[in-house]
Amino acid sequence: MKLQNLFCLGVMALTLSACASDMFVVLPHEDGSVGSVVVHQNGKDTVLDKANSAVKGGDSQAFTLASADVDQRFGRVLTQLPPAARSYTLYFKEGTAILEPASAPVMEDMRKDVAARTAGEIMVIGHTDRVGNLNNNDLLAYSRALSISDVLIESGIPRDTVIVAGRGEREPLVPTDDEVEEPRNRRVEISVR
Amino acid sequence: MGRIITCSTKYFTLCLGAALLAFIMGMAPAARAEEPIGLVKTSSGDVRIERGGQKLAAASGAKLYQSDQVLTGADGAAGMTFIDNSRLSLGANSVLALERFRFNTTTYEGEFVSSVKKGTLAAVSGKIAKQTPEAMQVRTPSAILGVRGTKFIVSVGN
Repeated sequence: MKLQNLFCLGVMALTLSACASDMFVVLPHEDGSVGSVVVHQNGKDTVLDKANSAVKGGDSQAFTLASADVDQRFGRVLTQLPPAARSYTLYFKEGTAILEPASAPVMEDMRKDVAARTAGEIMVIGHTDRVGNLNNNDLLAYSRALSISDVLIESGIPRDTVIVAGRGEREPLVPTDDEVEEPRNRRVEISVR
Repeated sequence: MGRIITCSTKYFTLCLGAALLAFIMGMAPAARAEEPIGLVKTSSGDVRIERGGQKLAAASGAKLYQSDQVLTGADGAAGMTFIDNSRLSLGANSVLALERFRFNTTTYEGEFVSSVKKGTLAAVSGKIAKQTPEAMQVRTPSAILGVRGTKFIVSVGN
């Protein structure tokens, strides 16, 4: 342990406050958008909501960390972040688990993606339109996803890499009023991670 | 004849019950300790999982459970994904405790509370923080971070 770190620990023990070497940084997403983090310290809140905005341990004043500093300090840990999940949307002939011809190449892309990832996994998520009540649509969405996961498992995707979920009518692709039929919302989404 | 009908009716009920049970289990939040909450995707150098007092190797593909701690040594680094699509990575000499995790795959409600005891964490939040801002929290010995859907870094004592 470096002398500086020892000193720091001593300060922490004496004052029960943070080490000035602690740091919290918000970074832009791959698409350039930036979310936010609220840092609660010593009863104070600091909102970090701009690219590379940072705050040090024990401090409440946000500052901007230069990109070169981000790379130098955190480049290694950032390269270890697994790639983002990617979604594929499949459509089926009404009331069946038979793919629409237009969805076949999407299925192929999905397979290549999952094979290319380290310890790749897939989440099969069923969606419905807004005809029928919420609970029935949850059941319907889940059973659609389940039948697709069976097809995937039979075609050689290992069972323990597949999670099945039913999102019901909560996440329509095309927003509609309740009780409106919309074939584009009756779909199965496959999220690869 | 009557006996056979009774029998198949019984099996039908059983079958329906099993389907319903599978549905309910599938819908239930994955908070039960025995269900994995994520996977180690990349692991280099010294990376271990501490679970119930035991230290286990954390190779690529290793499952992660609520209450696990992930530890890296001087040459260690690890990348992980969680079932809400959040992504975490740990740098060298780090200790991360996965304190509480629950995620409902239907409503996307849940919570993800982890704690960086030391070292460096990089993270991209997932569906939990998107559905409920600040339901993802990262704690350190002196701070609590409430995450509102973003990519961020937590560095403790480096």
